[in-house]
Amino acid sequence: MFAYVVRRVLATIPVMAIVALFVFSLLYIAPGDPAAVIAGDQATPDDVERIRASLGLDRPYLVRFGAWVWDIMRGDLGVSIFTNLPVSTMIRQRIEPTLSLMVVTLILAVSIAVPMGVVAAWRQGTWIDRAVMAFAVLGFSVPVFVVGYVLAYFFALEWDLLPVQGYTPFARGFWPWLENLILPAIALGSVYIALIARITRATMLEVLQQDYIRTARAKGLNQGGILFLHALKNAAVPIITVIGIGIALLIGGAVVTESVFAIPGLGRLTVDAILRRDYPVIQGVVLLFSFVYVLVNLAIDLAYTLFDPRIRY
Amino acid sequence: MALLEIEALQTHFRTPDGINRAVDGVSFHVNAGETLAIVGESGCGKSVTAMSILRLIPEPPGKIAGAIRFNGRNLLEASDKEMRAIRGNEISMIFQEPMTSLNPVLTVGRQIGETLRLHQGLSAQAAEDRAVEMLNLVGIPEAKRRVREYPHQLSGGMRQRVMIAIALACNPKLLIADEPTTALDVTIQAQILDLMRDLKHRVGAAIVLITHDLGVVAEVAERVVVMYAGKKVEEAPVHALFNSPRHPYTQGLLGSVPKLGSSLTGEATRLAEIPGLVPSLKQKIPGCVFASRCPHATELCTAVAPALEEKALGHVAACHYALREGALAA
Repeated sequence: MFAYVVRRVLATIPVMAIVALFVFSLLYIAPGDPAAVIAGDQATPDDVERIRASLGLDRPYLVRFGAWVWDIMRGDLGVSIFTNLPVSTMIRQRIEPTLSLMVVTLILAVSIAVPMGVVAAWRQGTWIDRAVMAFAVLGFSVPVFVVGYVLAYFFALEWDLLPVQGYTPFARGFWPWLENLILPAIALGSVYIALIARITRATMLEVLQQDYIRTARAKGLNQGGILFLHALKNAAVPIITVIGIGIALLIGGAVVTESVFAIPGLGRLTVDAILRRDYPVIQGVVLLFSFVYVLVNLAIDLAYTLFDPRIRY
Repeated sequence: MALLEIEALQTHFRTPDGINRAVDGVSFHVNAGETLAIVGESGCGKSVTAMSILRLIPEPPGKIAGAIRFNGRNLLEASDKEMRAIRGNEISMIFQEPMTSLNPVLTVGRQIGETLRLHQGLSAQAAEDRAVEMLNLVGIPEAKRRVREYPHQLSGGMRQRVMIAIALACNPKLLIADEPTTALDVTIQAQILDLMRDLKHRVGAAIVLITHDLGVVAEVAERVVVMYAGKKVEEAPVHALFNSPRHPYTQGLLGSVPKLGSSLTGEATRLAEIPGLVPSLKQKIPGCVFASRCPHATELCTAVAPALEEKALGHVAACHYALREGALAA
């Protein structure tokens, strides 16, 4: 087990290397020039060239890539072209809102979607099942920003129940913090809920056909014990797999959600950095996201062993 | 009063192409401490009968009618909650497939202890201690270690022992065993049968043994019910059934069992078989259900369904031509 974890953690290194190469190359071939943005409309080509040289953008591709990688290995993500702040500092300033949004969305989505899928499977073919499936289709097909604006319009503007937008740090209290995250979490989570509910329903339908469910019934267990212990624990592996894959959805969706609800998180930072061609920031954030994703999936693989004793590493 | 009395049990399933009469008017009883075998070939309704007793048939599409009286109380009128209090407690069940009947993600101890906690209100610790005792009782070595293991760490025979331990944990009055040895190899079969017989004497439970294996019947049963196409066609004490079977179907079943040394007697005889298949249970058959396969069938058989008649003491058969004593008049 321990050896497995070490091996998996080491295996993240080549993954990260490939991600780094990709991000760097994409930005290299993408049009747009940060020097031109900095210099402004009135600058002469000479001014732009001078800025390019001072930023080191005139050096060849491999040299720039090598220098960047060398810095990362020493724990330095570089300095933002625009703010002159270290990228790591900028990420630190913006990470709390994004992390909060993701965690709240994750908890909300799992605690809504799993019971929904279980009940739909148990009551297969009834109106409850059809309602869950209809909701799932809706969740897939309506984009995050539509859900976000509709929610904000009704819950914040019309009924004045929750704040329209913004973010309150956790340090200022649990409720003010949560209040600002409920609508964004629902908006961001709708696809995620749909995904998890569907896979839960499908897996549960299969599990409920198994002989050991009949045994559980013959033992006199009530429906709750059968569904949530005997069946759900057997259905857990596909469900948590999807939860892990869904983290990628959350990362992508966070960028949009943060824009809709004006949350000063990493998603906003990324969008702003892309618009300004702030290469070190873009590279740093993408690298961080992919690192988180790899770690989450490692955690999920390890979580399999908690639910299924037949899986051993 | 009998422990279990089943009267005109009908279990029908609604299917897209008609009603499947899986069990169609079966009556029998089981006395306390007795072993009753229900035999018949695949698809004759024996398993559905067993599942109906505990009302484990999904309703709909299933529908159970008639009466199932356990200690005088009709289970078909019991509420869901009352049924749950009976299942695993007063009546428990062992299934055919030990490989798949245990939950793969829960420890053996938990699965045994669960019924104890549920029906006897034992604490987690007390339930585990009792689970160890139960494993010892069903002959699993190193019970203390095994109790923490998962089903995939046990062999098929061991798993069936665990199933028996689960079934007997609450000292049920009735144990329904649905082909408990079919999926096991022969030496393990014998061990499991010995175990069941031994435990039956200790616990004093009555057993309803569902099987198609006549060897098993001869070994453990006291009385036998023979089912065919959802109906009871013969019922007799075990010796009477083997010595003088009255129904042609029973005779066919017994004839299809190979006898030890039969090929050494000189005449290399073929095993007798019953030609044809069980008729579809979706059509109502006006006459005798076995008429289409019966070597002795006459016009009367295809027209009029024979009633169950007592042919000898405690020996009933549903056949127009089965005589009161002696062989078939053919």
